[in-house]
Amino acid sequence: MIEFKKVKKSYSEGNHALRGISMQIEDGEFCFLVGPSGSGKSTIIKLITGEIRPTSGSVHVNGYSLERIRKREIPYLRRTVGVVFQDFRLIENMTVYDNVAFAMRVVGAQSREIRERVPYVLDLVGLENKGRRHPGELSGGEQQRLAIARALVNNPSTIIADEPTGNLDPARSMEIMTLLQEINNLGTTMLVVTHAKDLVEHFVNRVITIEEGLITSDRTDGHYEDQ
Amino acid sequence: MKINNIGYLLKAGIREIFLHGFMSFAAVVVTVACLLIVGSFSILLYNVNILVERLNQTNEVIAYIDDSFSEAEAQQVQTKINLLDNVHKAEFMTREEALDRFVAEHGGDPAFSGLEPEDLRHRVIITLEDNALIEQTVSQVESIQGVVKITAAYELAEGFSTLQSVLQVGSLAIIGVLLLVSLLIISNTVKLAMYDRREEIAIMKMVGATNGFIRVPFVVQGFILGMVGAGTAFGLEWLLYDFVVKKIAQLDTLMMFSLVPFQQVLVPMICTFGAAGLFVGVVGSWTSIRKFMNAPAH
Ligand SMILES: Nc1ncnc2c1ncn2[C@@H]1O[C@H](COP(=O)(O)OP(=O)(O)O)[C@@H](O)[C@H]1O
Ligand SMILES: [Mg+2]
Repeated sequence: MIEFKKVKKSYSEGNHALRGISMQIEDGEFCFLVGPSGSGKSTIIKLITGEIRPTSGSVHVNGYSLERIRKREIPYLRRTVGVVFQDFRLIENMTVYDNVAFAMRVVGAQSREIRERVPYVLDLVGLENKGRRHPGELSGGEQQRLAIARALVNNPSTIIADEPTGNLDPARSMEIMTLLQEINNLGTTMLVVTHAKDLVEHFVNRVITIEEGLITSDRTDGHYEDQ
Repeated sequence: MKINNIGYLLKAGIREIFLHGFMSFAAVVVTVACLLIVGSFSILLYNVNILVERLNQTNEVIAYIDDSFSEAEAQQVQTKINLLDNVHKAEFMTREEALDRFVAEHGGDPAFSGLEPEDLRHRVIITLEDNALIEQTVSQVESIQGVVKITAAYELAEGFSTLQSVLQVGSLAIIGVLLLVSLLIISNTVKLAMYDRREEIAIMKMVGATNGFIRVPFVVQGFILGMVGAGTAFGLEWLLYDFVVKKIAQLDTLMMFSLVPFQQVLVPMICTFGAAGLFVGVVGSWTSIRKFMNAPAH
């Protein structure tokens, strides 16, 4: 569960990235986060992953209190939250298989677990035949699916995606969003930042709209309100 | 750290070394050079310490008696010296005996042929209870009437004591600077490796790797660089030292400056080099890692 209570965030004196955000996203929910550029969407994601701390208010994520989390607990919080970015963030000199296996290895997984789990998630995202390829040999859509596989592999309860289709054409975007929806159907909480109005309306999920650091709309009918 | 991770982390550390082959090589070379000098100063200090100790132990004070004193009068001086507190033994030696001893030591040297007993003085050869009190005792002996001159090996010993202190201060400074130099080069090598891996490190942080896990390969890298440097420097030190020992033995037939054999200092030398390698490797990598890890993830 993700819960924000009266969260304010200033990066510096006089800056107000978030000006009082309260919201609650239940386990298993699929939620879009929309809003114009600079409205504070990425700030919300950085707060959830513990990369930054709120200036005031409280943030609870999967049982961790982010406003007072200890530094050495942050890795364990992050194992419960898979993250996907617009720019994929893959390791170019590793194969597709190793990109995913790496994420397991660095949290101390056993080799046996890795050998079982990696093919499973590659299959889930449709890359079962590309394990030996390198990211540079994949299309943009495939690269994003690889990033999703990596986010999934440690079995997080939540996935957050910051504009995951920002670099993709409409057909690839639809595929990626369908994949995220399927993963959500398997029980993973999903928070997706996007600008793609057509996709938001197509999937009919909860939509939170944020403008200038404030929530201006929070509705479950899949309606995307333009500013 | 779980056991099943150790192999992975070691491999990752070794990989860093080969991925930055040239820089690693440079770091090892600099470390070898620094540790070789550090080791040489340590072993030099050790030898000087031993030499000073030896000189202190063989202290012999010779009091020369006024020419105008008869043998009997000179013997009275010996009796007086014998009464002094710190005197262990005071032996009287006539000028004839002194000549015999001199001839025995420098026998056949034409420079001393024709030397007569009259050219030498009666003397009292003194050994002390406590060598540390040598200066006081010498001044007490000096104040006895009839003693015209004193030679004491402590002048030599003191000379070496001064050399010893100068060397100690100088060596410590040089050792400190050179350790710092090798620490910095290893630190920079590790920093370079971390910079190269910054994207991987960001991903590791993102998926929830602990800071300890992220650090280990780089500490392993620094550790191996430090240890390879220390091991090489140790081997070279051994060869170099044996060479110097042999050269000195050839030149210095009096055995005045004979150095201790390397085997005798093997264990302390292994410890010195091991500790230095460990220090520059682990501390060097640790400092750059700390700085790097405190930077934001993405
Ligand atoms: N690291 C930062 N330092 C200073 N200001 C920042 C930083 N990150 C974001 N901001 C500011 O905070 C506001 C919200 O940014 P962001 O959360 O990235 O918006 P969005 O993702 O919705 O485009 C913007 O005004 C942006 O300039
Ligand atoms: Mg953004």
